[in-house]
Amino acid sequence: MNSRLISMQTIQKNVIPLKLLAIKLYCVQAMRLVKHPTLAQGSYILITFVFYAVTTLAFNLNDVQAATKPTIKASTTQTINAAAKQSINIAYLTQEQNPPASLSNLDPFIKEKGGIGAELGINDNNTTGEFTGQQFTLKRFIVPIDGNVNETFTKEISSQFKYLIVNLPAAQLKPLADLTIAKDLLLFDVGTSDDSLRNEECQRHVLHLLPSRAMRADALAQYMMKKRWTQWFLVIGPNPEDKLYAEAIKRAAKRFNMKIIAEKTWEHTYDARRTAQSDVAVFSQTEDPYDVLVVADEQGQFGEYLDYRTWIPRPVIGTQGLIAKPWHKTHEQWGAVQIQHRFLEKAGRWMEEQDYSAYLAVRAIGEAATRTQSNELSKLKDYIFSDSFTLNGYTGTPLSFRAWDGQLRQPILLAAPRSLVAVAPIDGFLHPKTELDTLGYDQPESHCQWNK
Amino acid sequence: MQYHSLKWLLALSLISTAHAENVFVTLEKDNALAIVDPIEGKLLKTVLVGQRPRGIALSPDNKHLYIATSDDNTIKVFDANSFKELGKLPSGKDPETFALNPAGDKMYVSNEDDSLVTVIDIKNKKVLKQIKVGVEPEGITVSPDNQWLISVSETTNMVHWIDTKTNTIVANTLVDSRPRAASFTADSQQLWVTSEMAGTLLIIDSQSKQIIKTINFDVPGITNDKIQPVGVIIDKDRNKGYVALGPANRVAVINAKTYEVEKVLLVGQRVWNLAFSPDQKRLYTTNGTSNDISLIDLESQTVTKSVGVGNYPWGVVAKP
Repeated sequence: MNSRLISMQTIQKNVIPLKLLAIKLYCVQAMRLVKHPTLAQGSYILITFVFYAVTTLAFNLNDVQAATKPTIKASTTQTINAAAKQSINIAYLTQEQNPPASLSNLDPFIKEKGGIGAELGINDNNTTGEFTGQQFTLKRFIVPIDGNVNETFTKEISSQFKYLIVNLPAAQLKPLADLTIAKDLLLFDVGTSDDSLRNEECQRHVLHLLPSRAMRADALAQYMMKKRWTQWFLVIGPNPEDKLYAEAIKRAAKRFNMKIIAEKTWEHTYDARRTAQSDVAVFSQTEDPYDVLVVADEQGQFGEYLDYRTWIPRPVIGTQGLIAKPWHKTHEQWGAVQIQHRFLEKAGRWMEEQDYSAYLAVRAIGEAATRTQSNELSKLKDYIFSDSFTLNGYTGTPLSFRAWDGQLRQPILLAAPRSLVAVAPIDGFLHPKTELDTLGYDQPESHCQWNK
Repeated sequence: MQYHSLKWLLALSLISTAHAENVFVTLEKDNALAIVDPIEGKLLKTVLVGQRPRGIALSPDNKHLYIATSDDNTIKVFDANSFKELGKLPSGKDPETFALNPAGDKMYVSNEDDSLVTVIDIKNKKVLKQIKVGVEPEGITVSPDNQWLISVSETTNMVHWIDTKTNTIVANTLVDSRPRAASFTADSQQLWVTSEMAGTLLIIDSQSKQIIKTINFDVPGITNDKIQPVGVIIDKDRNKGYVALGPANRVAVINAKTYEVEKVLLVGQRVWNLAFSPDQKRLYTTNGTSNDISLIDLESQTVTKSVGVGNYPWGVVAKP
């Protein structure tokens, strides 16, 4: 038994009379000793399980023949009233973005990716809350393009909320998280994939929901290794983010012993109609042959031109072609169809990765609040980082947070535009604790030091 | 001579009775039903039944076969011998799992997209009520004493106790992450619930509605996150329970008295649903991604055979 129940105490409390309302509350408090295999020695450390409460609420909507059932005898009236509810208030902060230059009209510009995901999460939390006596609220703050994010945070959020979902680029998240008042909150970053924020610049009060660039690159590398595409031609875009993505690709190549035979920066035009056919053919000629073209173009300025136009016929993988995402519209296994439908119905569009991450952030808060029966930050945070925390992300594996850098542990979908090609970790990439930790910075590799 | 003929006669009669048993398996991706002879371990035939068939059940008299054809948004009624379609039940949208009451005149359907349980009068093919439950209701079952209808909601992590007389929720039990399936013991005293993401089996007392035992599984060589319990059933004498462990490709055998995991049996890939033979001497498993079913002899506790049935075997039921 990996996680053994040492002792389980069942405390049956008396019926609490709350005027007309009567809830029968049972608490099962379990102290668990969980064996935790550490990576280096494979030895076990004992972790005392925090607190595990299971509440059974008896409630009744209509008149029920209560006399026949002793367990429901106490509850003959309406559902749990609002006064008895515990509130968990969540803020969501983002800033309006200028539409980027687009390649085509195929994908309409989405003004705000993330907020609807958070709302869907609130709905799900509140359905559970109806049964457990908790009420979740979400307030969305959308700062105008010329507005100041830190000012909104300081004036409207910091004193009123304990839980904040931040959907901002790394350049804005960093100064916000650095504010002293921000340290009293728990921040859920759903807008960045930066590895530096999860390593040298990590902060104890910031959790990261999107997979890092390193996790995405490792997912692609595992797949390429499985396919024996060992010789890579790396094409890098002109933006700083593209360079970061390329760094992650290079790290993955080293990690999985792949070879980057050539590396080039795209310096050509961004207009497909005029020059792509001739430009790409010339650009994609390399001295040594390669198996696959790996592209780093996060904004999608030229990556789509590469496929079918290379000098030799080779697949394109990276930010275009076969892409690595936490969520994709082609994904329908493990109950994903249901949430795809629910989101589509609510938003009128497919769920983007920021929506998915914001959904998971809200659900993580909900799960922690339900299990601890609390709205206190320290209790929820402890629970989120404990071994008992598991979250369903509709990807077939329980999700949790890495205790060493606050990154959400999650599978990565490898998707082509109209088909899901594979799900990483790819079969055969093993790990002593969880195969999910074969993606990105594992504990021994992490540069994050919480207490610096 | 007399002894020999007697032996033959006995053997013949055994074969003829044994051969009557059929195992029905819904094939989600083939839109079909597989009919298997579990004694010979042979696929007899497959018949087309409708789009994306999943949940399956037999009427108590074994005459009718109910199949949830999810993408047709209905539950179809078939003659269990001729497989002729007899009618359709108004199940609501995207039916996946459903349960019959012991009398076999009412059906309860989980409508996953709408967070509802639909109550159907089978004879009149009429919806009696729709009950609002938690997000993504999945597992559904009726207690053998017909007192409780249980609906398990995956995203709300809740077991809803619904009074079958009033069709209203009267109690809720919070359970581990992503509960999937629920089964009562034959005496209706316990409810066994699997939680897929937490990797646990919870045993709940029907009287107090409290979890009295949490069972974890450990399979050597398999990481914990691959252990995702789904289907669960308990034998009629409450000696042993069986849990399908999903992508761990194992069925766990649990002592229903000591709650110890006695054994794990290797079956096919992504095992999710289970059914007993009518005499409870064998157990049948649907293995979602290896496209077969495993036949388990319960006396020796060994997997005796796997039978290829078609794409994505989902639900399973055995007819005497």
